[in-house]
Amino acid sequence: MSEGFHIVVCGSIVPDPLQTLAPIDTPTGSALKNELMLPAVLDPWAGHALYEAANLAKKTPGSKVWLVSLGPKAKLQQLMMTIAQKVAFELVVLDGPAGGFTDPCEVAQALAGAVAAIPGLDRSRLLLFGGCSSASRDAGVTMQMVGEHLGITEQFLGVDELTVEADGSLKVLERIEGGQYLVSSCAGSPAVLAWATGNLPEPPNNPQIGMVNMRTVMPALQKAQPAKVGAEGVSYLGVELPSQRRETRIVKDLSSDEIAAEIVAWLKG
Amino acid sequence: MTVDRQTMDVDIACVGFGPAMGGFLTTLSRAMVDDSGAPLLESGVMPGMPLQVLCYERADDISFGVSGVVTRARSIRASFPDLNPAEIPLAAPVSNEKVLYLLDPVGASRRSLGVKALDRLVRLLGTKNGACELPYIPPFLHKGDGYVFSIGQFCQWVGSQLMASGLVQVWPGMPVAAPLIEGNRVTGIRLADQGANRDGSPAAGFLPGMDIRAALTVVADGPVGPVGQALDRHFGLPAGNHQREWAVGMKMVVELPESSRLPAGTVIHTMGYPEPEIFGFLYVYPDRVASLGIFVPSWFDSPVRTSYRYLQHWMTHPAIWQHLEGGTLRSWGAKSLQESGKRGEPYLAGNGYARIGEGSGSTNVLTGSGVDEAWATGVQLAEGVVELLKGGLPFTRENLETAYVGRRRAGWVEQEAQVARQARDGFQRGVLTGFVGMGLAGMTGGKLNVSAAIKRPYERVPSLEEYCRGRIAEEEIATLRREAVTKGLSLADAVMDRLGWPQIPLDGKLLISQQDALLLGGKVQAPAGYADHVVATDPRICDGCTPQLCVEICSGQALTASEGGGTPQFDREKCVHCGACQWNCTRPRKPGGEQCNIDFRAGAGGLHSAEN
Repeated sequence: MSEGFHIVVCGSIVPDPLQTLAPIDTPTGSALKNELMLPAVLDPWAGHALYEAANLAKKTPGSKVWLVSLGPKAKLQQLMMTIAQKVAFELVVLDGPAGGFTDPCEVAQALAGAVAAIPGLDRSRLLLFGGCSSASRDAGVTMQMVGEHLGITEQFLGVDELTVEADGSLKVLERIEGGQYLVSSCAGSPAVLAWATGNLPEPPNNPQIGMVNMRTVMPALQKAQPAKVGAEGVSYLGVELPSQRRETRIVKDLSSDEIAAEIVAWLKG
Repeated sequence: MTVDRQTMDVDIACVGFGPAMGGFLTTLSRAMVDDSGAPLLESGVMPGMPLQVLCYERADDISFGVSGVVTRARSIRASFPDLNPAEIPLAAPVSNEKVLYLLDPVGASRRSLGVKALDRLVRLLGTKNGACELPYIPPFLHKGDGYVFSIGQFCQWVGSQLMASGLVQVWPGMPVAAPLIEGNRVTGIRLADQGANRDGSPAAGFLPGMDIRAALTVVADGPVGPVGQALDRHFGLPAGNHQREWAVGMKMVVELPESSRLPAGTVIHTMGYPEPEIFGFLYVYPDRVASLGIFVPSWFDSPVRTSYRYLQHWMTHPAIWQHLEGGTLRSWGAKSLQESGKRGEPYLAGNGYARIGEGSGSTNVLTGSGVDEAWATGVQLAEGVVELLKGGLPFTRENLETAYVGRRRAGWVEQEAQVARQARDGFQRGVLTGFVGMGLAGMTGGKLNVSAAIKRPYERVPSLEEYCRGRIAEEEIATLRREAVTKGLSLADAVMDRLGWPQIPLDGKLLISQQDALLLGGKVQAPAGYADHVVATDPRICDGCTPQLCVEICSGQALTASEGGGTPQFDREKCVHCGACQWNCTRPRKPGGEQCNIDFRAGAGGLHSAEN
């Protein structure tokens, strides 16, 4: 592959998984309590996709990475402070809600429109990355629909590894039932890869990457187009968090087996 | 080991994002462009480009700071004349204030004869729910025209506006390890190494911290920030100054019960319980949310000084619990407060650097405020920097002293700091003496004070035997000490139990274990790949140290006693970066020295709650 890839990553914010989340009803529909106050992070699945994109771009000369983010502009701005030092990318922003109450079909349509409008994008070199579960309440449908809107028929879900072979073909490992991998060989781009966790650690912060990114991040935020993805007209019959029970105990001098046995007994009890 | 480091040149390198840096960057950024957006200040490192101003913040987000904030907000309002607290989550104008003297409902508090006499007098005057409301709040404590707000939400609000301007860059999750010093000049900062083992040696993915070179380094890393500390060690403190007065502030943000009728803007300050040395606060935000907490000071002379258990006892005092029962924990955090004020002021400026905020001694312990003071020092520095830039003058010590320090000396922060200079000295001699001293200083504008020699914190700490004399036999103390280490339990808890402090009835919602507070409240976490940032500079000094006050005071229980004694073990994933370990260490590095054996360095992670 002499020309490199055009890697477009679709990824946006989610409330920091460390936070306490409480669904509520509002006049405009379901939401999270105090959502504005909750720190936001890059959707972890999309994060893996972004880091894999960066890694691939680094190994494949001539490649370029875009990040297409659909989310509240103010929150995306905050997000950029944390991720813009990790990976070099060109940001495309759509201003709209991001969270568990958007409609995947609407999100996919908006994202596909934004991807199609990227100036200079070479569809023949396009690899569309994203998180396998992103923006779909874990249904895993959004990236598929983005790809379909863009006419990309080679689609891989739950990807953990992508290798570009010497002949330019793509070898893809996808998670399937039974804890196994399906190994596929794809002739080449364009392709959709919706990532699981991959195998890469989070990149360290690099101030020079941050400096370069910031030159394009702010203009991108300023010219963000609105996206209507709030599932207007849809009402949720019920929204609840999984119930949880917590008990924290600090112990010393217990073996792993003893700790495991205690946890099993607690779970059964 | 020689490490090749990348370098980057900027115009102004900033360390820490809190209220001081918020004031600095807000003021500076407004002077960087004219009304049409055209740049007014050109970069010296990228000719043709605007000034390159980069700020590096240790915490994973700029909204993860900790403070219980009630403020007159004079300087903040001067920066934002149209400030509407409704625009900032968890903010409200002050609506009513009270100061409560709390009696001891459990009979375990250590009360001197004088305090006991005061208790008797208070009972005679009449109490309600075990407390007496002071009929008069001294003017120096009044915040009547001010606000209560969450420091996290305020910093997020300020940061959003700064980022939106595109004129400055703020990078959280980037701890700064040290200043770069060449001779007597600060030439920039060194970022912390990433991909390191616990001992700092390179691990997989090692990325040496970049050197950011700058004509001006602005240091606003708070009272325990490593860059400020390094400058203090290198340049010393001005003659006669020292930093011997500290406190741990530990706080929660709580959703009040549905039955609560406390109006937003309620400000309650307390004294007297759980120990006479411990002050408390409760500030009410809109929508039935409150911020509350206690301060555990360095003049609370206990070898098992601790915070979390005392916070819970304070919360369960009837006068406080009447407002909290049925509530739910929203967030939790802790920080050190540098309470030396003017006396703890470092050199505010030097060749290539300037200090602002709490690390520069701006916190006023007489008025009990620091956020607005910190903001003001940032504004003052920015005004001075703009003046120097427009004049094409270099950032020398002389120029910065004229442009910044001169402004600071002429402003209200300095005037009020002078009043507060000795206001709390009386507490070195006792609680009642301290109250008298505060009153005298406050009422006379600092002309009259109770004076006292200010000992180094470690010089004040009695042995456990001395502390418990007459209440716990020495043999039993030895047993408690041994069991604490072998069972991995808190010695402070064991001693408090034995001294009659009742068990806290945990309810899983508001009264929870300290580790649960860490997880549920603080959301404490640390990314892998950084060296330990709490280090014993000489492990031999830890040998035989008992009790290890650093372990007992640790806000996150990140420090635990090692079996067999010696240097405590440190779990950086539990550390909330309060820095209390550093000033609670009871062993100096050198006999009679100011620095103790624990070095508190730059580290990543910590609190992940934006509601503090």
